[in-house]
Amino acid sequence: MVDIPYEGIAGTPPAEVPDVELYHPRSWWTRYVFSQDAKVIAIQYSLTASAIGLVALVLSWLMRLQLGFPGTFSFIDANQYLQFITMHGMIMVIYLLTALFLGGFGNYLIPLMVGARDMVFPYVNMLSYWVYLLAVLVLASTFFVPGGPTGAGWTLYPPQAILSGTPGQDWGIILMMSSLILFIIGFTMGGLNYVVTVLQARTRGMTLMRLPLTVWGIFTATVMALLAFPALFVASVMLLLDRLLGTSFFMPSLVEMGQQSKYGGGSPLLFQHLFWFFGHPEVYIVALPAFGIVSDLISTHARKNIFGYRMMVWAIVAIGALSFVVWAHHMYVSGMFPQFGYFFATTTLIIAIPTAIKVYNWVLTLWRGDIHLRVPMLFALGFIITFVNGGLTGLFLGNVVVDVPLSDTMFVVAHFHMVMGVAPIMVVLGAIYHWYPKVTGRMYNDALGKFHFWVTFLGAYLIFFPMHYLGLLGVPRRYFELGDTSFIPSSAHSLNAFISVVALTVGFSQMVFLFNLAWSLFKGEASGGNPWRATTLEWQTPETPPGHGNWGKELPVVYRWAYDYSVPGAEEDFIPQNQPPRGTHVVQGAAS
Amino acid sequence: MSAVILFVAVIAVVAGWWLSQQRLTARPWLEEGPAGDFPGGDAMTWPAAKIGLGVFLAVASALFILFISAYSMRMDVADWRTLPVPRLLWFNTGVLILSSVALQWSYVAARRDDAEGVMIGLLAGGAAAVIFLGGQLLAWQQLGAAGYFVASNPANSFFYLLTAVHGLHLTGGLVALGRTSTKMWRGAGIADMRLSVELCTIYWHFLLLVWLVLLGLLTGWTDDFVNICRRLLS
Repeated sequence: MVDIPYEGIAGTPPAEVPDVELYHPRSWWTRYVFSQDAKVIAIQYSLTASAIGLVALVLSWLMRLQLGFPGTFSFIDANQYLQFITMHGMIMVIYLLTALFLGGFGNYLIPLMVGARDMVFPYVNMLSYWVYLLAVLVLASTFFVPGGPTGAGWTLYPPQAILSGTPGQDWGIILMMSSLILFIIGFTMGGLNYVVTVLQARTRGMTLMRLPLTVWGIFTATVMALLAFPALFVASVMLLLDRLLGTSFFMPSLVEMGQQSKYGGGSPLLFQHLFWFFGHPEVYIVALPAFGIVSDLISTHARKNIFGYRMMVWAIVAIGALSFVVWAHHMYVSGMFPQFGYFFATTTLIIAIPTAIKVYNWVLTLWRGDIHLRVPMLFALGFIITFVNGGLTGLFLGNVVVDVPLSDTMFVVAHFHMVMGVAPIMVVLGAIYHWYPKVTGRMYNDALGKFHFWVTFLGAYLIFFPMHYLGLLGVPRRYFELGDTSFIPSSAHSLNAFISVVALTVGFSQMVFLFNLAWSLFKGEASGGNPWRATTLEWQTPETPPGHGNWGKELPVVYRWAYDYSVPGAEEDFIPQNQPPRGTHVVQGAAS
Repeated sequence: MSAVILFVAVIAVVAGWWLSQQRLTARPWLEEGPAGDFPGGDAMTWPAAKIGLGVFLAVASALFILFISAYSMRMDVADWRTLPVPRLLWFNTGVLILSSVALQWSYVAARRDDAEGVMIGLLAGGAAAVIFLGGQLLAWQQLGAAGYFVASNPANSFFYLLTAVHGLHLTGGLVALGRTSTKMWRGAGIADMRLSVELCTIYWHFLLLVWLVLLGLLTGWTDDFVNICRRLLS
């Protein structure tokens, strides 16, 4: 940590900053493996999350094979299908998206964007990654234990989650709970870093209202996650005790396999409340960083300041606060007190207001901008469209009377894949393309990138649009096979086969993306420090990729907000945040 | 879940108050120039560790309040049989209070540059905390011997669970306390240790407060209070 002199004459550069407490690696191991440098930790987080995410992608292929061509693949049985569903959902939501946005992008971008040398607690930050890795390994180990992973569905609802008859009842569920507990402990360590770094380690001149929206998004999401994950922690610990010690926190009295079970009196509804008290904020924990990042991508590649910056900040904060009072809209059919539904439907619809403000502001930023359709921008535009689509079906499901018939159908699957699957993944991919030159110093292959975008974007629509229709027909989710059902026409089966073919295609097209990243690492053109001519601090580092300590001898001083693009009268169409105002600049030039 | 909502509301008020000091209505696109020209909105000047502890206490509070929420929701089911709290808990509570007092002593001594006082306070506080943990384990043993097993009634399950979670937090605190004491022992300057001592003290007071709330809940003292709150909310 470094001290920045705060007093002194305004406009003078800071004194040389003594690197008293900055951690210096002494060996290869502490530089690349047990590193305390946030940038290395970010890459470790991203690679681990991507690796386990690929496992989840393969699981989705297996599910689609079964749904598209039931009875064809003898190696998929009903139990395995449930296990695939469970692991796919859990990995994608928690171990991929949460870890990638906060652990990956948070670690890389926060210190660079706020002008700090590193996170404030580098050692705890390193521990955070290793605990996360342990959580991932525990989760992955469930594929190899007797009985396999749990097939309880990603919501893990008791009583069925721990009863015999549910796959993975022996080891799968125990390891799943243990892995979640580890993940939350690891995340809390990282989260403390992200929050305190934004609060305390911003460089001189970096007021809150000069922060790029990426930092606002990640910061608010982290605060939410720190308050919401304890609910999952509590639910996991109590369910684990129900399973291991035979307590009855959640387990009601019931007959299991013809025998009266040892359980009695527990409340499955209590679990649902705890789970969704975490689960709904989780949607925004994933969405807010995406909102922030996409704002920066759009502004940079449209060469225009973000429209309504203040409104964007307020909307992020408002969404963060509101998302804590909407959780029971996931529970309309759970048997909770029915009038609660009206309250939660109202709050759900209210949250659409700040969200809509953000969408309008993105569109207004694009309006009459100098739009460069580079790969990150394509993904950002893809995000806006997808998010609007997913958001609109959210209005359907947020209303109690519409939700009841649509509950547990493919419509819900289509909705949440659009809004928190495809949309955030669009941002993740766009952001990787956007910051790839900064992380590696090399440019990706543009043609491959564009190919990747179009296949992914069009493919995602071909997969999920028809699913809405299947849901409206009444095709249920989570079913291994539909069999002969009178209300499902045979065209639904053809549609399922079509979706499966597209899903496999889109899945394989991600290999093009991975190839592009790997190939460009060695063969890509040198990108220079600021290929997008962007304003934010991470593009102004003295070295690319940024060196240890990020900033050389002196921390940057910030003179302006993050969106000075196409300022009338300026020499260039962007002014970096650390460029002094013109008057100051001229005086310094004259003196030297 | 009303306790949790209340807690989130408190956090929202604190966050809202802090944000209101940060010039969120500024028009940053008009405010070009060095930071000094625009007062407010600078980074916090508190040490990072202190802010970190504050954030962590908020997370830990959320955790305990969620446990308490689950407790109060599960309590309404007919099979709940409140268990007789062992008398030993009163002794344990006294020891934990002493532990907190000892750390406060240490904190005051640190402000007076009294290295010896700091050391005595830290050791006494640590010892008392260890005795508290031992006492809790003994209480578990007594309950087990009396036939109140963890799975025999939800009230028992919650008793073991809540005391265990509190005990684990205290154990974590002891690690930090141990590190601070070791550094003091090896002759670190008191100026360098003042912050560590202060943070340990804050954490100890927090855990004492949590324990008093849990004790009130487990002994049923707060039942009347909870009922009043419930009536107010409904």
